[in-house]
Amino acid sequence: MADLLARTRESVLWPVRAYVLLAWTWCRALAQYPASLVMMTLSTALGAFAEMGAVFVVFGHAGEVSGFGMAEGLLIAGMATTAFACADMVMGMVEVLGRHIRTGSLDVMLVRPVPPLVQMATDRFAPRRLGRIVPGSAVTVVALAACDIDWSAGKVLMLPVLLVSATAIGCAVWIIGACLQFFVADAREAANSVTYGGQALTEYPMAIYPKNVVRAATFVLPLAFVTWQPALYLLDRPDPTGLPESLRFATPFVAVALCAVAGACWRFGLRHYRSTGS
Amino acid sequence: MTTSEPNTGGEGPVIEAVGLGRDFVLSEGPFLRRRRRTVSAVADVTFTVRPGEIVGYLGPNGAGKSSTMKMLTGILTPSAGYLRVNGLEPSRERTRLASRIGVVFGQRTTLWWDLPLKDSLELVRHMYRVPAADHARRLAELTELLELGPFLATPVRQLSLGQRMRGDLTAALLHGPGLLVLDEPTIGLDVVSKSTIREFLLRLNAEEGTTILLTTHDLGDVERLCRRVVVIDKGRLAYDGDLEGLRASVPTPRVLVVDLAAPAPPIEVEGGSCVRVDGPRQWLELSGNPAAVISRVAGRHEVVDLTLREPDIEGVVSALYRGAVAERG
Repeated sequence: MADLLARTRESVLWPVRAYVLLAWTWCRALAQYPASLVMMTLSTALGAFAEMGAVFVVFGHAGEVSGFGMAEGLLIAGMATTAFACADMVMGMVEVLGRHIRTGSLDVMLVRPVPPLVQMATDRFAPRRLGRIVPGSAVTVVALAACDIDWSAGKVLMLPVLLVSATAIGCAVWIIGACLQFFVADAREAANSVTYGGQALTEYPMAIYPKNVVRAATFVLPLAFVTWQPALYLLDRPDPTGLPESLRFATPFVAVALCAVAGACWRFGLRHYRSTGS
Repeated sequence: MTTSEPNTGGEGPVIEAVGLGRDFVLSEGPFLRRRRRTVSAVADVTFTVRPGEIVGYLGPNGAGKSSTMKMLTGILTPSAGYLRVNGLEPSRERTRLASRIGVVFGQRTTLWWDLPLKDSLELVRHMYRVPAADHARRLAELTELLELGPFLATPVRQLSLGQRMRGDLTAALLHGPGLLVLDEPTIGLDVVSKSTIREFLLRLNAEEGTTILLTTHDLGDVERLCRRVVVIDKGRLAYDGDLEGLRASVPTPRVLVVDLAAPAPPIEVEGGSCVRVDGPRQWLELSGNPAAVISRVAGRHEVVDLTLREPDIEGVVSALYRGAVAERG
């Protein structure tokens, strides 16, 4: 029993603690250049506003898209930006796995007593990514107030659960994309079509896409659970794409399952890692 | 669990490798007609390192040195054989092993380019879970020994190679490991930096009993540091013993390079035979006293310049391997 406890502490608590410690050390180191930090953060924030601005323009012109109004459209866009910005902050750095393999810095990470995934995710941990989270959550909050939502205690409690689930799905997508680079050296661009492309996909109501895209985004790579299903849940709307309505309650379970798949991919990739000659 | 006891200064071996091997599968040829070929990077290597030893792991490029190092540190999984480092199986218990050994790759830094050395070392402290007080004490010691003071606040990318290597050594030693694994620690360094690092390693070994395993192409490293050398060639163990034994087992002659005033036919004198001619320059393989040969050559030809070349470890190793093949064949 004591052994099990100790092992849990080692395999769960230590990676989390290491993550926080390393990320904090990087933040402190980067804070030594405050001007650069502020400018980077502001430019990132501008980019996020521009993306959501596009949604604003689309809904402004059309008034309604597939039965979704301006406030609802912004809610979905805001949730997508927030979730992917959080995932990017937590796991975004894993996308340069290919570079770590080529330069041999993955070897260096492997000889340190911290899981390499944690080391990679915290490498150059950049507080400027907050620049996307702040506008994303601001738009989400405004849209939540503007939408006609029948608030209940359950819905309020679900908000943090949905945020964590969406972030977890985003992180898992980052990791799975990165794992491709264990086998194909320059798979980063291919992976980006899913990571950044996935974010663009989730910024609009899924009802605007063809059925097959919606199915794929629900059952193959479950991006529909980042914004679409949670939005249907919050707004109490029937699913216009005709999929079962109980799916909207599956969001946290989908997140857990996808994280398990990502973890398995990572371990599989690492086991097959052959290192470079030197 | 007795296997979890660190082996620093204990009775058991620090490294125990029996029949260690690693194969790589290569795919070659055009698509659809691609063939798979298995190549052994390391095959049937057996050696043991005891606590407190300094062992040089030598061999020409591509001999399997780095593959062995990667198996010892858990980066690569062996495809054959038995391997224990500090009583742990590296590929399966990599993380636990990592906190008990120090690793330095001469070809690449373990530090972070954009961070000042001090901050890099702070990151390392968190990774190895060294208490702040221990870290401060150890860092002060290493700062004095390796003279890190002047560049602790400098970003790593601005450090010279020698400074960076001292930083890397510090990073590998802050958690007080019982075994230090060095992959070409003096590559590219000038004479002064090399000597600083060699003296430091000797002191570390003498005062703290740290076991050291290093790969190098530098004969100076081997002569100054290693009482014992393990030679590997084409993935196989070619020699395991002391340095003198290695030299004696393969008589590699010294070479006298003579620059004559004008091109001449190959010189043949007693104790030296010409092995190569390039214009006025000739290479003589010595079998006797160099001074006598030099005076004989100078007596017959007008000599402009002379250089005496000691056999380098590469030469000794390749001669050793040729010998091994001849014996077997």
